[in-house]
Amino acid sequence: MDEPPLFSLHETALEPQQLRARLQQRACGGFVAFEGWVRDHNEGQRVLRLEYEAFAPLAVREGHRILNEARERFGVQHLLCAHRVGALGIGDIAVWVGVSAAHRGECFEACRYIIDEVKHRVPIWKKEHYESGDSGWVNCEHCAAAPQRREVEQRAGHSHDHDHDHDHSHSHV
Amino acid sequence: MLYGLVLAGGHSRRMHRDKALLQYAGHTQLQRALELLASRVSLSFVSVRADQRTDATRANHALIVDLTPELGPIGGIQAALHAHPQCAWLVLACDLPFLSAATLDHLLARRDPQRLATAYRSSHDGLPEPLCAIFEPACRAPIDQWIAAGKRCPREMLAASDALLLEPLESQALENVNTPEQYASALGQLQPAASRRLRVRYFALLREQAGRADEELASAARTPLELYEELRERRGLGLAPEALRVAINDEFGDWRTHLSEGDTVAFLPPVAGG
Repeated sequence: MDEPPLFSLHETALEPQQLRARLQQRACGGFVAFEGWVRDHNEGQRVLRLEYEAFAPLAVREGHRILNEARERFGVQHLLCAHRVGALGIGDIAVWVGVSAAHRGECFEACRYIIDEVKHRVPIWKKEHYESGDSGWVNCEHCAAAPQRREVEQRAGHSHDHDHDHDHSHSHV
Repeated sequence: MLYGLVLAGGHSRRMHRDKALLQYAGHTQLQRALELLASRVSLSFVSVRADQRTDATRANHALIVDLTPELGPIGGIQAALHAHPQCAWLVLACDLPFLSAATLDHLLARRDPQRLATAYRSSHDGLPEPLCAIFEPACRAPIDQWIAAGKRCPREMLAASDALLLEPLESQALENVNTPEQYASALGQLQPAASRRLRVRYFALLREQAGRADEELASAARTPLELYEELRERRGLGLAPEALRVAINDEFGDWRTHLSEGDTVAFLPPVAGG
């Protein structure tokens, strides 16, 4: 029987108990999970809801690559990442990452690596709908307004909330 | 009477091969120049050095051999003016791949036979371009004197004479090709723009700006970068390519990859998963 994919996209609510069950192994003494939740505010605006859009075939492929990298780098055997697409409300789980291994250290490290890389590399986009009636594609609106600003901000050490950092790993032309 | 002269007596030293034989779209430069002349002059000749007289490429054309060796282009023009003193000459270098019928016709239409010559100004430096020009019979004496005075440069000769100078009709038409690099570049530019069927996918902000998630189109764009530049205005795409990544057939790709028939190109705005 085929293994379920390590990285998956979901149009319905993620179910942590089911995901966690897939990582429970007799040889594992540690399990670390990260859940990314939809927050009710961002950059001074009240957020009402979100939409996630993915370039599915490439997102799954890139997600899979990230998980394999984590496996090799940290020597962990069991890992999973599930990401939502579609419409999400406040409090919904947007992304779930779980790692289990013999010891806790590599679980923490691998989990952190996976979520950081997923945010920067996987072709998934987030549109926020604000209380003001506005909406915006996170990380895109700055580029559209002023393509250079992002770099200036980074050089100036401007700090962004981690969930909305602008440090994309784009290949520049 | 107007005769045509193709200057093919050079040494092609920088090209390391005979420039007259360089091909564009299956025709040699020499053939192209003679074809351009054919309907515009009464007779065409190829200007050669004495040692090129039996050269296979040149031998089956009407030839005019330099009177004095190693004078460069002005020697070829001088020889023509002496061979047929009553005739004016439409002179073409054989290394002008961008020369068009329109540029030649414009030159002919503006020709003033009362002047010594009619030529274009260079789009680079404004000096006369002697290698796509009409030399009137009255040029013979001044050219002889110019050569006798030990001078060679036909541009300076025209600049110092009573030549009619025209503004360029097409900026690139008189660019010549002297090196293998220039030849490669000219070939690329002259390649008939092959149009490919491509599928384009837009995501997130770009999808909203384009008003569509995908489209199929025929495009002459050779790379994703060219394709994006083509679509940027047509679809009102507000992001610079520097801010994007590109995917070709569902895998990350390079902006300068050569596209193939049937490729799917996706433009990816800055991502924001998690």
